[in-house]
Amino acid sequence: MRFFEYEAREIVKRAGIPVTDYGFTTDAAEAKTIAERIGGPTVIKSQVLTGGRMKAGGVKFADTPEEASQHAADILELEINGHWPRGVLVDPKAEVKQEYYAGVVWDGTAKKPLMLFSDMGGIDIEQVAEEHPDHVGRGHFSPLQPFSDYQAKQVIAAAGVTGKALQRATPILARLARLFLENDMLLAEINPLAELHDGTFVALDAHMEMEDEGMVRQKGLIKALGIAPEEGTREGHTPTPFEEAVKAIDAADHRGVIQGKDTGFHGNIGLVIGAGGGSLTLTDAVRQQGGKPANYSEIGGNPSVAKACGLAKEVLNKDGVEKIAVMMSIVSNTRVDIVARGVIKACLELGKDPGETIAIFRIPGAWEEEGFKILDKYGIEYCDRSVSLWDAAGRAVAKIQGEAA
Amino acid sequence: MKKDAIFIGVEVADSVASDPAVGAKLDEVCPVNIFKGTDAGVDIVEQNIDECVLCKLCYDVSPGNVTITKLYDDGAAL
Repeated sequence: MRFFEYEAREIVKRAGIPVTDYGFTTDAAEAKTIAERIGGPTVIKSQVLTGGRMKAGGVKFADTPEEASQHAADILELEINGHWPRGVLVDPKAEVKQEYYAGVVWDGTAKKPLMLFSDMGGIDIEQVAEEHPDHVGRGHFSPLQPFSDYQAKQVIAAAGVTGKALQRATPILARLARLFLENDMLLAEINPLAELHDGTFVALDAHMEMEDEGMVRQKGLIKALGIAPEEGTREGHTPTPFEEAVKAIDAADHRGVIQGKDTGFHGNIGLVIGAGGGSLTLTDAVRQQGGKPANYSEIGGNPSVAKACGLAKEVLNKDGVEKIAVMMSIVSNTRVDIVARGVIKACLELGKDPGETIAIFRIPGAWEEEGFKILDKYGIEYCDRSVSLWDAAGRAVAKIQGEAA
Repeated sequence: MKKDAIFIGVEVADSVASDPAVGAKLDEVCPVNIFKGTDAGVDIVEQNIDECVLCKLCYDVSPGNVTITKLYDDGAAL
């Protein structure tokens, strides 16, 4: 789940991290009132769940409350990358001595949270990491063991920060790490974290993303932020018709689980794949062998014939897809014969020859002998666990690309 | 009473197909709702036939009177 900046700032504030005396509003007149309360130059920032605000004119500086009001009116009417603003944030224009970056992100490879700190804030951390790796401190920490401020201190020191700045930044990164754990975050970022001329630190911008599955546990926080339940996870993109259709098929039948994504996929190989990390592995294998997937999918948990059929039909109905590859890692709780029935049924219902349409079927595991009888009946090429995922993907690519050539 | 789908065929002997007690029991035991018990006995729900998981629970309800055939295996009985 994603949060607007004004919500992320509130989360940061609740964690005890200093923030500016900002105000959020959906009304230009109120923006003036907030600016009057602040009593000095302000920054008016569009509240949208997309990047590129500054470039699009969604961030403006004002010297007077009247100017702040005018900027707020303009920004409230400004669409950015297809997003209309939720409102505007009116922020004091801080006199900054130095900008830093403080972040905590879930490292899916290490399966641990990763703290990041840099003395080059205000720009993308990815850019800093690439161009100035010595200015980025990193450190994993356990989500299970008690967290020590010293771990945060080590990360900040690794970025070359010393002295009072190190002492003052340490509790901020430590609080950010605890906030990350306590609120089921995937990303908790303060950028820039500003050091003011008096040596104090303050968060000037914040970015938070919560694990979708954590939303149930975090109902209290979500409610306190005034977020309506119907807002859901605020997905970063509008689901495609394929994604909507697969989601509906999954929701209509409690047996098994299917997921389908096709945003960013434009290939000709339909993938009906899954099982224990098999989807990612197989998608990578297809790509690395020169194949062009038309979609990504996940199927497992012993789906019904209807559910497997529904997914296969949606994949086959995608533009440019002539064949599908049905592949999984070794399955124990998903029946091979049931999936075989589902994908064959999809072909038959679409008037396609299963033997021609299914490039390869590689699902070893529960009830595979029964499944292989079905595949034999329809003349489908299949293989058992003696053929690796890599080789199965290669055979599918060769078959599909070969015919396309 | 006999109905075939794509992969599975289901047959309920006429002698028990009109028995509401057998129909109710078949309805109760089938995990994928192939049978629907009625006042007149039992109906076979065509759209669910291919969902059969070959569990044989229906065989135990009225031994010898229910037959599941695997149409993909030359009509072999379960």
